[in-house]
Amino acid sequence: MATFAPDTRIRSALAPGAIVDRLIPVVGEDHVLHRPEQLAPYECDGLSAYRSVPLAVVLPGSVEEVCEVMRVCSENGVPVVARGAGTGLSGGALPYEHGILLVLSRFNRILSIDPDNRLAVVQPGVRNLAISEAVSNLGLYYAPDPSSQIACSIGGNVAENAGGVHCLKYGLTVHNILALKVVTVDGELIEVGGPRLDSPGYDLLALMTGSEGLLGVVVEVTVRLLPKPASARALLASFDDVESAGRAVADIISAGVLPAGLEMMDNPSIRATEDFVHAGYPVDAAAILICELDGTAEEVDDQIVQVRDVLAKAGAAQVRLSNDEAERIRFWSGRKNAFPAVGRISPDYYCIDGTIPRRALGSILSEISRLSEEYGLAVANVFHAGDGNLHPLILYDANKPGEFERTETLGGRILEACVAAGGTITGEHGVGVEKINQMCVLFGDAELEQFHRVKAAFDPEGLLNPGKAVPTLARCAEFNAMHVHGGQVPFPDIERF
Amino acid sequence: MEYADIAERVGEARAAGAPLSIRGGGSKEFIGRTPQGEAFDVSSCRGIVDYDPSELVISARCGTPLTELEALLAEHGQMLPFEAPVYAPDATIGGAVAAGLSGPRRPWTGSLRDFVLGAVCVDGRGELLRFGGRVMKNVAGYDLSRVMVGALGTLGVITEVSFKVLPAPRVERTRVFEFDEARAIEFLASAGVTPVPLSASCHLDGELYVRLSGSESGVRAGEEVLGGERVEQDDDLWRSLRNQTHPFFAGKLPTWRLSVPPAAPPLGLSGACLTEWGGALRWIRGDHDWEALQATLSTVGGTSTLFRNGDRGGEVFPAPDAVTRRLYTRLKESFDPDRILNPGRLYGDL
Repeated sequence: MATFAPDTRIRSALAPGAIVDRLIPVVGEDHVLHRPEQLAPYECDGLSAYRSVPLAVVLPGSVEEVCEVMRVCSENGVPVVARGAGTGLSGGALPYEHGILLVLSRFNRILSIDPDNRLAVVQPGVRNLAISEAVSNLGLYYAPDPSSQIACSIGGNVAENAGGVHCLKYGLTVHNILALKVVTVDGELIEVGGPRLDSPGYDLLALMTGSEGLLGVVVEVTVRLLPKPASARALLASFDDVESAGRAVADIISAGVLPAGLEMMDNPSIRATEDFVHAGYPVDAAAILICELDGTAEEVDDQIVQVRDVLAKAGAAQVRLSNDEAERIRFWSGRKNAFPAVGRISPDYYCIDGTIPRRALGSILSEISRLSEEYGLAVANVFHAGDGNLHPLILYDANKPGEFERTETLGGRILEACVAAGGTITGEHGVGVEKINQMCVLFGDAELEQFHRVKAAFDPEGLLNPGKAVPTLARCAEFNAMHVHGGQVPFPDIERF
Repeated sequence: MEYADIAERVGEARAAGAPLSIRGGGSKEFIGRTPQGEAFDVSSCRGIVDYDPSELVISARCGTPLTELEALLAEHGQMLPFEAPVYAPDATIGGAVAAGLSGPRRPWTGSLRDFVLGAVCVDGRGELLRFGGRVMKNVAGYDLSRVMVGALGTLGVITEVSFKVLPAPRVERTRVFEFDEARAIEFLASAGVTPVPLSASCHLDGELYVRLSGSESGVRAGEEVLGGERVEQDDDLWRSLRNQTHPFFAGKLPTWRLSVPPAAPPLGLSGACLTEWGGALRWIRGDHDWEALQATLSTVGGTSTLFRNGDRGGEVFPAPDAVTRRLYTRLKESFDPDRILNPGRLYGDL
């Protein structure tokens, strides 16, 4: 198990018992959990390698209660970590041992659906998929579809700016929400954005989205709904080498096609998923591409002809077209189950979330394969190829001493390779605790200082989700120094004088 | 002009306590409140920094004219989908981002802000900062490049921007319908829940114009679903809306920009109303009492801006509530503690 040492030394001014006593009148005795057996289920989120027990878990049931909890906490200097469904993969909802965990799971209602204005107002604990299900009969849906959409909550999606397999065409969370209600650290309620396409003033909607719970607590979300496309069909193409598959991706985009989804899997991922869900993937292929096209039936037909042609020219060994909805879903079933499938072939796996310019795909895959050998850990790659978002899955065994630490180091090296290729350390999972060190590689001191100033503008005492997402300059100085001392000087093959 | 020159100039201005009024092509001087401070022309900081069509990303320096950028994209069959206004040929991308305005395609493909992937800017301390990046998905750090959009240069001098771009549609055609305002709004609301490739709308004086974009077959199918009459030579209409050169915008009367939920019924305000964006953007002209206007709009969830003409010395954007105002002030101070950058352009006290 990994431990996370936050940079901050923020401690509640109240003793644990006193915090509980202050919060019970606010939310009721049943909604303040403080006994060890009550706290245990909340000690981690989707990044279960990191665990920490909060002083108390508080489950407010109304916006007024959230405001009052925040007032009590800010007046007494009690740190607060907000949590939705707890499916996040970067430790964003990891509790802070000297603070409370504010759990928003009771905010689970869809408040209104407005088909004429194509929007829905929902509470933050509503599951992502539940929104699309609730509006399906109106011919509408909510576009962002993270793999965890069956379980993850919309509030968490906002905090992480969650993506999914349809981002290239339909964008991330930030592109698909219209308004938020946010409780500030002082317990004041503000409305950001509105039921319209733009609002005057600074774009706090963009700022709040992806801010990982460091700037405020989201208590209501207005999402945009889109009409379901009339037609959606998928092509499944197999390739004998990964480079050709990578070129095919660029060629599809260059041909002027904007696929709804464009995903790649390498051979280890193909084999693992085929064994698991029998999606009909060619297990001998070096890589497969799934290309989904949507729109009017006529448009989709045109694009299928175009993409088939591009794939053939790019050297695809085989191309299959989904003949019906069942087959389209089967093509996707492997990709959507890739993580659990890999979980079946290895005791543990660790999911990385780097983004690169697509042209760097070939070189980054070679680098990952080289690093995989260096660290003696297998890596299976699934890849949102359309938008350059890589998810290498590192296979490891947590029971073997030192293997998790080696895995984390390998993950960090992969992210640093993404940065070197002109990319970034997180496409959609967030920084959380997981990638805090790589923030030092991605950003300079000036940018990090500006992030801290923005944080201070919203939360001067630093009570919201302390230590996450943005490293202190001191931490970065230490990390960068260790990086050199650890014998991992960048470009070791370059002669130094 | 290099980024370092811009940083140096801001540093000098800060040391001298002399605010700057940042200027690109100067085509949007009328946006926001009356500029104050010494003019700081950054239009010579120009040029494409990076463009690879297969990446769907373009990066350019702030002084690059929008028309130059769009011409390059068009050569490769791509576009900036948000159709930012080009009020004069030398309108720059830096100015477009600072103003944050989007044109007719906005409701269907997204706003300028939606397509910003990263920005380089100089804050009010003269510090060069890089936020976001040149990749499609990036959630590392606060999204401060998007916060620059629409901030009217009050948070930083934008020196470089990276945009996501899209393939340009092969075919665009326009249909016209004889509908009154209420009927047009209803029609657009019902069209909005069907998968028709809409890309622009305009209602004025009993006529609704609707643009369809996509492949030949997709557009033809959309035309059959919607009905109406085909309009030839339609480019001029959409350009005149994008750049507000349509006769509706002529003259010196105040122009009000109303952002509302698209299906909001006709607002019953005096004078003609030009409706775009599937109903979500409504323009009116003439003298209106700000408070009365805002009261009408708040009943439907809308908001109003004194977009052009009228008293530019007073506030032109509606006042935020007290808590939001405090956050705006702190955010401004986090970037520009001495209020060197475009003071008073967005709000009188910022």
